[in-house]
Amino acid sequence: MLITEASPHRTDTAITRTRPPRVRRTGSSGRLVTGAVLGIGALITAFPFAWMVAASLKPRSESVAYPPDLLPKHPTLQFFKQLFSELDFGHYLLNTIAVVAISMVGVVLMAMAGYGFAKFRFRGREPLFFLVLATMMIPVQVTMIPTYLILNGMKLTNTLLGIALPALVSGFSVFLFRQFMSTIPTELIEAARIDGAGEARIFWRLILPLSKPIIAVQIVLTFIASWNSFLWPLIVADDEKLYTLSVGVSLLNRQLATNPSLQMAGATLMVVPILVVFVIFQRFVVQGFTLSGLK
Amino acid sequence: MKNRLAPYAFVAPAVALLLAFGVLPILVAVLVSLTDMNLGGLGDWSRISFIGTENYRRLLSDNEFWQSLTNTGIFAILGVPAVIVVSLVIALLLNRANNRYFRALRSFYFLPAITAIVAIALVWGYLYNTQFGLFNYLLSSVGLPQVQWLSDPIWVKLSVALVAVWRGTGLNIIIFLAALQSVPKEYLEAADLDGASELRKTVSVVIPLMRFAIFFVTITTIIAWLQFFDEPFVLTKGGPLGESTSISLFLYQKGFSASQFGYASAGSVILFVIIAFVTLVQLRARRTDVDH
Repeated sequence: MLITEASPHRTDTAITRTRPPRVRRTGSSGRLVTGAVLGIGALITAFPFAWMVAASLKPRSESVAYPPDLLPKHPTLQFFKQLFSELDFGHYLLNTIAVVAISMVGVVLMAMAGYGFAKFRFRGREPLFFLVLATMMIPVQVTMIPTYLILNGMKLTNTLLGIALPALVSGFSVFLFRQFMSTIPTELIEAARIDGAGEARIFWRLILPLSKPIIAVQIVLTFIASWNSFLWPLIVADDEKLYTLSVGVSLLNRQLATNPSLQMAGATLMVVPILVVFVIFQRFVVQGFTLSGLK
Repeated sequence: MKNRLAPYAFVAPAVALLLAFGVLPILVAVLVSLTDMNLGGLGDWSRISFIGTENYRRLLSDNEFWQSLTNTGIFAILGVPAVIVVSLVIALLLNRANNRYFRALRSFYFLPAITAIVAIALVWGYLYNTQFGLFNYLLSSVGLPQVQWLSDPIWVKLSVALVAVWRGTGLNIIIFLAALQSVPKEYLEAADLDGASELRKTVSVVIPLMRFAIFFVTITTIIAWLQFFDEPFVLTKGGPLGESTSISLFLYQKGFSASQFGYASAGSVILFVIIAFVTLVQLRARRTDVDH
């Protein structure tokens, strides 16, 4: 069932637009109960986030108070300030942004590969594409140690590039780009060639603009994944100067017994940008995750 | 007049990276697993020696390895059914109406799936805290005894698994909702004409039609739980006394905390074989499903 929906276009419309309201003979009271149950479930699901934000604004005395209060009585931003003044979170934030920026290069590389596989016939295409698909099956936890050894051999441990490199391209995204780009009419490309456009120009000026929907999905998912990424920064960055937000936040765990407010401020700093991105680009996120379900 | 090198130029960078960080690591792991490589060997390759299958023999008699393997099994037994049942039920309920309210609710269920586990684990660690955590306060306010969420050998497994279940449902809800779209309306209308109840329709029509989606989610969820790492790493570091150490965490500790790269690589190869086996079962079953 999932396989038959493999075209990005179809899933796009199916998920976001033309979902016809299904005619059901559920009584309105039944729907009311369902709505109430789901509403309570949603509040429980989202509760840890609310608790996090509330605690990040509490003075320490309130966050360790027993019994705890839901909302801060004397809200303060002091712990956000402390993250940047006493701890090095400004630095971690810049490193995270740098890793995200490098990851965006990966989106271009994956789009290029998708185009190459979709619109060219060349010797070795099938085996290479099979390799690309095979990498989807290899879990990161299996490769963490050898990948560290490889990066070490390339003298890339302890560099921002080394943090971003292992996750820069994913076989699955190359696959999605290929699927999308094979729907672009070949005549358009041929016409551009007859007009004398070079291959690079065709890619930048014709293919990329036509691929905006899939690029948007990939950019949003890449942002989320690289902003959140934890394993590679943890393994690759020895030097504190290269820590990303995720590593910085995980180190706050040592302060567990002492200062929950500070921890929650760190966690809020990491989570809120993702929530904002999610609210704005929800359509792309949901679409991307639906497609990833096809894997 | 197509440039014959153009396609290679387009695919080369991505393919090279996938080879370097997707395929090569497996070969390196196999190779290193046959050596005694440690921190000394990392800097100076001449200090690495070939020791054959010694690492594998040691691994199979290592109690910590078996404990982590058992824990991973327990986590999977707790987590996989919970994730599937919870996401399926929520997806079925969410599918019962398509108004603004129901669509907004979806986002709530989806949030945990996209937020950073490191931050999330801190929040849960705070909720689980035994001195000032909210959960024990709630228990005491209804007169129940306190629970050692993260330091009791049994509770710790439940607590860590709960966080992963909470985080793992969002993605599967989305997949189930997509599958629910493809249930033909005619079937439901026919069932309506027969006077079938809502529950009856769900059990006899919808769920059988979703069997492939359910099967698919089951396999991917099993694989995800075999790789279980983030939650125990951040919440408990695998403690107390290895009671929440998963295989992945065991590999990480052996590889990076103890710098026994050869030994940890042998474990990686074993984990790879287990996951490859599950994946093959998935592919084979999918083929049979398509055949029917």
